Amino acid sequence: MVTWSGLLSNAAPKLFQIFAVLAIFFGIYAAAFAYGARIKGKSQSKIALVIFLVPALILAMTGLGIPAIQTIMESFKNADSSKWVGFKNYAVAFQDPEIVRTFINTFAWVIISPVIVTALGLTLATMLNKMKREALAKTLIFMPMAISFVGGSLIWKFVYGYNDPGTPQTGLVGQILTWLHIDPPHLLLWSPWNNGLLMIVYIWGFTGFAMVILSAAIKGIPAEIEEAAQLDGATGIKMFRTITVPMVRNTIIVVLTTAMVGTLKLFDVIHTMTGGNFKTDVLSNRMFDENFVYLNYGRGASLAVLIFLGVIPITYYNIRSLRAERKR
Amino acid sequence: MSTVIDAPKKVKKIKAVKSHGSDRAFTSPIASAVVTVIAVLWTIPTFGLFVTAFRPNEDIRSTGWWTVFLHPKFTWDNFHAVLFAGGGSIGSQGMIPFAVNSLAITIPAVVLSVGFGLMAAYALAWIPFRFSDHIFYGLFALQGVPLQLSLLPLLTFFATGVKLFGVTIIPSLHIVGTLASVWLPHVMFGMPLVIYLIHNFVAALPREIMEAARVDGANHFEVFRRIVLPLSIPALASIAIFQFLWIWNDLLVALVFAGGTDDVAPLTLHLANLSGNLGSHWENVAPAAIFSIIIPLIVFLSLQRFFVRGLLAGSVK
Repeated sequence: MVTWSGLLSNAAPKLFQIFAVLAIFFGIYAAAFAYGARIKGKSQSKIALVIFLVPALILAMTGLGIPAIQTIMESFKNADSSKWVGFKNYAVAFQDPEIVRTFINTFAWVIISPVIVTALGLTLATMLNKMKREALAKTLIFMPMAISFVGGSLIWKFVYGYNDPGTPQTGLVGQILTWLHIDPPHLLLWSPWNNGLLMIVYIWGFTGFAMVILSAAIKGIPAEIEEAAQLDGATGIKMFRTITVPMVRNTIIVVLTTAMVGTLKLFDVIHTMTGGNFKTDVLSNRMFDENFVYLNYGRGASLAVLIFLGVIPITYYNIRSLRAERKR
Repeated sequence: MSTVIDAPKKVKKIKAVKSHGSDRAFTSPIASAVVTVIAVLWTIPTFGLFVTAFRPNEDIRSTGWWTVFLHPKFTWDNFHAVLFAGGGSIGSQGMIPFAVNSLAITIPAVVLSVGFGLMAAYALAWIPFRFSDHIFYGLFALQGVPLQLSLLPLLTFFATGVKLFGVTIIPSLHIVGTLASVWLPHVMFGMPLVIYLIHNFVAALPREIMEAARVDGANHFEVFRRIVLPLSIPALASIAIFQFLWIWNDLLVALVFAGGTDDVAPLTLHLANLSGNLGSHWENVAPAAIFSIIIPLIVFLSLQRFFVRGLLAGSVK
């Protein structure tokens, strides 16, 4: 039974902790600033670097840099990391039919869903451009961005809900199929199409993001260019193909690559909706299961490294364009 | 009162629609229809679960939620059950303690990552030193390290410290099972992206202001406090909202670092567990899901403008 005193005694120490953490953070920094401001001359820059930059670097290195190296080493060791086994984890991963299945699924995810998200986002952004009352439509499509993928997965699990044919349907898709005189299948068990149904959850969650970013890029196209094209007789689809798409090309690539990295690392949707069962498993979920269910750390690490290898080309491409941009 | 004031505006709007229709064929009635259909499609699933959360249990099981339009029958019982009755897998004190956990994880993580991020961004943009560029690119590259790669080593680090060849280099932090073990990883994982986004903004501040302040004898700490911090508030707000949604909605980090105990589990984790345990008990899962969505949705809807601006700062040049 929930009681006020129960809630209060549970919440009070946690709320106090929030307060304490913030007080300590601001306290330490107030002192560091007071100390740093008193140092004069050349060493001032050095002190400033230590206070400003070093904590962030330590956080990034202990959180990402060092653990990444450890995991790469781990991936060459056995299940309980007691012995070096060379490339065995990788070899096994490429032979185990279940893990091969996760490669295929992940690959399908990374190819299909970013393309749909970007295409849909671009179409919506173009259509919404200069449309009156765009704000409401935009908010509604963007809203899933605020909803966790756990929440979103449950929302869609309910849409896909299964009831035996002939009985009253409580899932929306089942009902629509029944209206069309089709016996509804158990949608989440319906391999391989269930992968597509899971992708819909991601597309639903991420299209708003693509739309908003692309919409800003489209609004940034200089008015003169659009007018010149219109004088030349370009309208509708032609305008879209010859002006809009080339002008926002870079933004399209940003959205596409962001979605690709997102789907490569995708975890929440799979974990919540199917737990990787019914042939819907993906790399990130399998990695989690290897580490925390099967307790095979070596193999879990090797799958994490494979995710990393998938991200590297995209990171490399991004760094190259960042350098080009900075030099300009 | 307000209708009287609004009336002229509405007339203007209608005129504007007419004048636009002809010069942009893409903004045709077809486009309006397509956008409307998609907006409705995008909203129906959420709306369905929302309605379900207010329906009596026996109705949820026997009929689809769309039948409420014919037979409206609503109840607060489901929300009462997950928030104030508790018990079973919902937890002895209901869902509210998990919302408190979410807050106690999200607030420190957001404030610290934005705070450390702003200082680092300032240092990289305005304190000239030898390896500035290398560090900047290095941090940018770290964005490419999936957090999957660091979950287990970081968990081990929190439990036993860092050991190399059997020698303890960094001792254990003894924070396993505490709230800090959940928000600290978020601060760490967020660093590269937060620094990058804030750097985009801070580096674009006018050079003249900075130099004028330096000439006046202001040191880095004064420049940071009096110029950079106040000017960055809008950018910081947007990045803070982004981080807030990201951390509040996270599941993977929560599963790994708070998986063992309900004491520190955030709403998302509890919700995922609930749906696993209760399966098709939608009379509990639906209100729990709606409850978990409320706070981020309020943050999002009230601060949407800032949020969009923040996304753009990093993604579109």
